[in-house]
Amino acid sequence: MLEDWRLGGFGLYIHWPFCESKCPYCDFNSHVSRSINQEAWRNAFLTALEHYARETPDRVLNSVYFGGGTPSLMDANVVGSVLEALPGHWALANDLEITLEANPSSVEAARFDEYRSIGVNRISLGIQALNDPDLKRLGRLHTASAALNALEIARSSFERVNFDLIYARQDQSLEAWREELQRALSFAPTHLSLYQLTIEQGTAFGDLFDRGKLPGLPEEDLAADMYDATQELCEAAGLPAYEVSNHARLGQESRHNLTYWRGGDYVGIGPGAHGRVTVGGHRYATVGTPSPNDWLKEVASGASGEMQRDRLSPEDHLGEYLMMGLRTNEGVDLARIENISRKPIKHNKIKDLIDIGMLEMSSGTLRVTRRGRAVLNSVTTALLPD
Amino acid sequence: MTDLAHIRNFSIVAHIDHGKSTLADRLIQETKTVADRDMKAQMLDSMDIERERGITIKAQTVRLEYEADDGQNYILNLIDTPGHVDFAYEVSRSMRAVEGSLLVVDSTQGVEAQTLANVYQAIDADHEIVPVLNKIDLPAADCDRVAEQIEDVIGIDASGAIQVSAKTGIGIHEVLEAIVAHLPAPRGTLDAPLKAMLVDSWYDPYLGVVVLVRIMDGKLRKGDRIRMMQTGAVYPVDRVGVFRPGMIPVDELTPGEIGFITASIKQVRDTKVGDTITTEKKGCETPLPGFKPSVPVVFCGLFPVDSNEFEDLRDAIEKLALNDASFSHEMETSAALGFGFRCGFLGLLHLEVIRDRLEREYDIDLITTAPSVVYHIHMKDGETRELHNPADMPDPSHVESIDEPRIKATILVPDEFLGDVLKLCQDRRGIQLDLTYAGSRAMVVYDLPLNEVVFDFYDRLKSVTKGYASFDYQLTGYRADNLVKMQILVNDEPVDALSTMVHRDRAEMRGRAMVEKLKDLIPRHMFKIPIQAAIGGKVIARETLSALRKDVTAKCYGGDATRKKKLLEKQKAGKKKMRQFGKVDIPQEAFISALKLDG
Repeated sequence: MLEDWRLGGFGLYIHWPFCESKCPYCDFNSHVSRSINQEAWRNAFLTALEHYARETPDRVLNSVYFGGGTPSLMDANVVGSVLEALPGHWALANDLEITLEANPSSVEAARFDEYRSIGVNRISLGIQALNDPDLKRLGRLHTASAALNALEIARSSFERVNFDLIYARQDQSLEAWREELQRALSFAPTHLSLYQLTIEQGTAFGDLFDRGKLPGLPEEDLAADMYDATQELCEAAGLPAYEVSNHARLGQESRHNLTYWRGGDYVGIGPGAHGRVTVGGHRYATVGTPSPNDWLKEVASGASGEMQRDRLSPEDHLGEYLMMGLRTNEGVDLARIENISRKPIKHNKIKDLIDIGMLEMSSGTLRVTRRGRAVLNSVTTALLPD
Repeated sequence: MTDLAHIRNFSIVAHIDHGKSTLADRLIQETKTVADRDMKAQMLDSMDIERERGITIKAQTVRLEYEADDGQNYILNLIDTPGHVDFAYEVSRSMRAVEGSLLVVDSTQGVEAQTLANVYQAIDADHEIVPVLNKIDLPAADCDRVAEQIEDVIGIDASGAIQVSAKTGIGIHEVLEAIVAHLPAPRGTLDAPLKAMLVDSWYDPYLGVVVLVRIMDGKLRKGDRIRMMQTGAVYPVDRVGVFRPGMIPVDELTPGEIGFITASIKQVRDTKVGDTITTEKKGCETPLPGFKPSVPVVFCGLFPVDSNEFEDLRDAIEKLALNDASFSHEMETSAALGFGFRCGFLGLLHLEVIRDRLEREYDIDLITTAPSVVYHIHMKDGETRELHNPADMPDPSHVESIDEPRIKATILVPDEFLGDVLKLCQDRRGIQLDLTYAGSRAMVVYDLPLNEVVFDFYDRLKSVTKGYASFDYQLTGYRADNLVKMQILVNDEPVDALSTMVHRDRAEMRGRAMVEKLKDLIPRHMFKIPIQAAIGGKVIARETLSALRKDVTAKCYGGDATRKKKLLEKQKAGKKKMRQFGKVDIPQEAFISALKLDG
């Protein structure tokens, strides 16, 4: 029988754990370090790559993603070495997508051409806001004008460019967000990631929030209005959502991220990096050792750098497939659901959700409606196995 | 035998925290009933036996031996009673077993509502009463004022009140002397047939049912075959003894004495409190005037959260009932909550204690439905029914009238809060019976419907008076009123567990309050939910819980999958703790909280 991951594809994620400063909303595994031994990191990435490639032979690699952290702080030759090693491990798709996340500062923009020349073909800029006071509140080091400059440079170097914005920020009105988004759309982007600000535990914002010191966050109704406005404006601009927070012109979707949402396999390399790999018919969730130094040492000493590896039960696997798959316009496939869970589908639950206008079903595929996507946590919870 | 003239039987009447337990400790210590090295605080409260007997423990008993200043030895039997209103009935029957009372009043606080309720019971039982002013060591003590208050409010002579500090031991000797000098000796005839009062009974895992008795006439010995005059049951007596305060066997109990027997009685239900015990042969002819059995006045449904735990709940309830004759239960089926039990209690404290024990000791998560009182439904065909559960209310077109239980509530409150208290009583359909002052405190007496009190009256009273009011009540009887059943519909489906009986004039207000409360208590769903209160088919209040608009996680990539899925699983687990009604999940606490009235 066909292994389920093949219906989602296969990608590689490389985690660069360093930033110049830590943003107060960010809960990713990122660290601020004064001296980074780029050579040591290159060697470690190459060693870890070999390790995972042995576990996943005979595959076609669809995408590579350098995330972080701030991967635009990586020396181009480190990125280049990783890319050069790939053909030795896997067959590469003809249209292999190679994305690198970057800060939109002038220093980093100066390196865009170099990244382009070694094979990176897609860049994702963390612009986050288009005015300086808000950028400051978000803890960003760049200014709005520097960001727009970087965007221009990126567009001259790369055919495919994404940028991120964060909305539902402190003291942001619906009107202010509409104007900001209109402005962003006026740059004719082909891909936009538009995230509602989320207060995560273990971040500076999370701490402030718990102590009641993060005022001006929108109530549910305003946040929902902003979300609705986002859909409306992006659709009008020809960038419909293909996932909860991601908008693209047709064909410009992030293939790497689609692999996550389609339930594909992905190798995760680097400190705290997560992976999903199917080995011997079982799907495993892997997590790298979070501390950069520890990960580096472990890999240098010949270990995998993996802190944890859990075999997913059919229920876990199904839960992930539903949670990820329903985020997209593509939806989830009923045959895959039955195949993963090894149980018949609970049609009555699906029917209830269709009746109240949260789900749609056509030719064996289940998708959320516009309303259903806004309350996707509730929809997914209702569908999760008991 | 003990000479009657050298026996004194007494109880202690006091408000909570006025020092009853500490005084009892001092009396035990002063009479060397317990060696100093074995003495611990609140001797009577902390005995193992109390824990075994559980909540409905009513009377703690101890026999003190005292050599008085007149050089003679006396036996002093103390029956210590609980103060709470729920157990007023137990207080009254303990009072019948003794001839006098110590009235303990905190000299820094003065008379409180509970003092009053209990002292009236003592007066009803024809007790001699010795006033005792406690806590005189505190700077705030004001003995003259409090003595005056006792005379004004209770109407007994307090000129000879004994001033004590149970904490430091001042005045304890004087208390013992006063017991001997002022309380009457019991009366009784040794040569008459056995006549003993069954004061209380409880289950002991080692001894079986233990019966607390007061001998009126005759004697009771091990091996006697006794007959319970009310039930007719005959038992051979295994053990006879007294409490010091542990169980000490004795050869016999004679008139005026208080002690215990065991007689191979299997369950507490086989003993009727207030029954008369005599010998199987040549017994006495006329029984003592019996007590009315204690009747549950508050009912509620108890349902397991997890319907698979129904059998566990049944076992647990049966075990508790074994030792608590005043707790009643019968199986109930609710469309909303499935299988459970309709349980009857003496009052809210009793209800809470039983529920806590089921949850703690038996580890069963419970849904408790709104407490209800017992209504008398007079049907048009002449039949009268008791209604324990609003869900069982018959079709109103067949009902002639409905009677509800009323209480006489006594509240003592500092002047400054009087207005709030009067408003609270008025809001609860109260009729003022009396309003008097004692110093800066007012005593108000109200006739109130029990159903207005049973739920959150005491909480409200505490909150409007910042805890300075004291409250006590007694049931006075039944009276007809304009009562209707109010239903709650969630998403157009009636939720039987939320049905309540309300006064017609207050129905709109109650209905509005309930639907507003429920709107806050029920989490938002993916669809909008109408919440309505209705009488018959007529909707009297309506709220709409708007649909959830947005809860989607903004970012979810490969690195987020594990954590975000855990969050969803947590959300799912939270949902499973709720009860599903049609398509709506209602949290357990809603069944109680919806009934609470603010303001």
